[in-house]
Amino acid sequence: MPVTDQSAAQTEVTRRKFYVAMIYGLWSLIAAALSIPAAIYLLIPPKLRKMPEWVEAGDVSQLEPRVPVEMVFRQNRVDGWKIQSEKTTAWVVKLSDGQVVAYGPQCTHLGCAYHWDDNRNDFLCPCHTSIFGVDGAVISGPAPRPLDRYETKVENGRLLLGPLHQSKEKA
Amino acid sequence: MSWLDHRTGIETAIRNFLYEDIPASSGWHQVFGSIAVFLFLVQAFTGALLAFNYAPTPGDAYNSLRYILTEVAGGHLIRGLHHWGASMLIVVVVLHMTQVFLYGAYKKPREATWMVGVVLLLLTMAYGLTGYLLPWDNRAYWGSVVATQIASHIPLVGPYMSRLLGGEGAIGVVTFARFYGLHVLLLPPATGVLIATHIYLVRKHGVAPAPGDEVKSVKKFYPQQAFKDTVAIFAAFVVLFVMAAAVRVPLERLADPTDTTYIPRPDWYFLFLFQTLKFFDGPLAVVGSVILPALAVLALLLAPFVDRGQVLRVTRRTAAFGIVALALAGWAGLTVAAIATTPKPDNTVAIDYGAPTDWIGLSPQELAGVGYFRKENCASCHSLEGKPSVGPDLASVPIKKSAAWMIAHFKHPAAMVPGSSMPAIQLSDAQLNALAAFLLKLTPRNAEALSNAPDFALQAALLYQAKSCGSCHQANGVGMKIGPPLNGLARRRTRTWVAQHFANPEALSPGSFMPPYRFSQREMDNLVAYLFTLPD
Repeated sequence: MPVTDQSAAQTEVTRRKFYVAMIYGLWSLIAAALSIPAAIYLLIPPKLRKMPEWVEAGDVSQLEPRVPVEMVFRQNRVDGWKIQSEKTTAWVVKLSDGQVVAYGPQCTHLGCAYHWDDNRNDFLCPCHTSIFGVDGAVISGPAPRPLDRYETKVENGRLLLGPLHQSKEKA
Repeated sequence: MSWLDHRTGIETAIRNFLYEDIPASSGWHQVFGSIAVFLFLVQAFTGALLAFNYAPTPGDAYNSLRYILTEVAGGHLIRGLHHWGASMLIVVVVLHMTQVFLYGAYKKPREATWMVGVVLLLLTMAYGLTGYLLPWDNRAYWGSVVATQIASHIPLVGPYMSRLLGGEGAIGVVTFARFYGLHVLLLPPATGVLIATHIYLVRKHGVAPAPGDEVKSVKKFYPQQAFKDTVAIFAAFVVLFVMAAAVRVPLERLADPTDTTYIPRPDWYFLFLFQTLKFFDGPLAVVGSVILPALAVLALLLAPFVDRGQVLRVTRRTAAFGIVALALAGWAGLTVAAIATTPKPDNTVAIDYGAPTDWIGLSPQELAGVGYFRKENCASCHSLEGKPSVGPDLASVPIKKSAAWMIAHFKHPAAMVPGSSMPAIQLSDAQLNALAAFLLKLTPRNAEALSNAPDFALQAALLYQAKSCGSCHQANGVGMKIGPPLNGLARRRTRTWVAQHFANPEALSPGSFMPPYRFSQREMDNLVAYLFTLPD
């Protein structure tokens, strides 16, 4: 009887389609249930344990205007499951308007340590010769933005540093 | 043929794999092997993820695991998957073996497939043994002490075994490194090779047919059996995922080799072995620790050579069912006996270090404030998590009022905030002071971590305040320094000493003018446990 044969074959095809759809569907669900948590685990930054506190960098009462000084201080940094106490430096300078600013110690190009060149009166990065003015602005070289600045406040002549901020302006 | 297949042959290989001929009798009873392979891959995947945030040395392991559990997004789930996946893998591997055993599927010519499977079972257990140490909490440390001691008592090779495991004398950095190395470097490739061998042998001999089925027409693995395997794997995965998400795996306190009160227990699947040890004393101990387990493994390995008759229908293999029932009863009996004889740990003074424990840094006064907050049911009107509530959220906006203002407000709410419907709080000034001190400490970041302080600590802090311990002692930087500071007490004294000291200070510290205190057993447990949580 060709009719029943045909319907049996039809059923077989439907069943096969169902199996294949289920195989793909269930494996997709498993893959999603494993890969989404994995992506969250790896990509979402961990909860920060503490707000960064103000750190004392040193005495700025004797600072001469427009002469940067490298200040070295200890700072606690949350590093994964540890809190590291590490030596940090900041270039501190009193600008013409009397404002005291503190620059992060790394060149904004690729993170090399720059230094103050007394002869040129500029900040000079030895890696790719980026040059920054005393106000942190890029004078020449590949640096993409001015020097990063710490949040600062001065209490009784002592300089307190907050978090380091990237400058928004372009070079 | 596609471009890729022409170059690599990958599509043909996959097709050959999926369109394997299997007996027409194949079905749901043969899904366990696939689940086991799947779970092994889940373990490898979650294990690698854990390793990305885990430092495998005793100094850092515990802290990095705490970091995974309390700070890394999704860390709890990943660790849960790895932890429960391990248990589930053991269950599934045993079910797989049981099925093969019941059906007599290990008979000629499939003996080698079975024997490789037995080795894979042992490897699965080796993961459990080595992985147990890695959290480096008290449970891990003491459980592994027992395991390495057993290994060192094996006749002849015992000393070499303990040298290999680095467990000579005590468990330390060397043992830890060896366990970690085994767990992540040696066992996984060994398992991979053996699984490949196992599957190769299954393919070589074909899936075992039911008796009488040998001549019947065969079917293809794909898609019908592949569908059944997929559904079974999915079901197992759902169970695993729900357990990982819902069942907390507690992290105990940091491994303490000097803790004489700890009752070591292995993971549940080793409890039957642990219980067996209790039946053999003195020189016979080796029977329970080595000889019986070795005989059991030997019996498993040789099973296909002992049971050599014609393959029978599974329903007619009564002896096999008898053996499985006997093994199950023996295992269950030993496990239940082990659980029954385990002294109940005092959970009321246990801290789950898998959750944030910032409350440990609070002063006793502030902690008592948490106690009043809970006792006065403040949370019924004031949210701490930014949820909508009747009264203002106390954590999301920093409180800018003084403690004096808050105390006045607690006493006469409407007088300070006109129109407030808050009822006056009936507490003494000192108690209101504590409540204000806690509320002033709240930030959105720490609200959850501070308010999840366990009950025993709150009770202890309330007692501490009631007895004015702070008039003589300093705790977490608050209090007078007439008596010794209480931070670091856990390092200096034992719990028993502290409890006896409360009853009669003069007897234990001659010259002390601390008055004696009488506490109920509950109060004493709470207070001593709390004092021992104070950080160094």
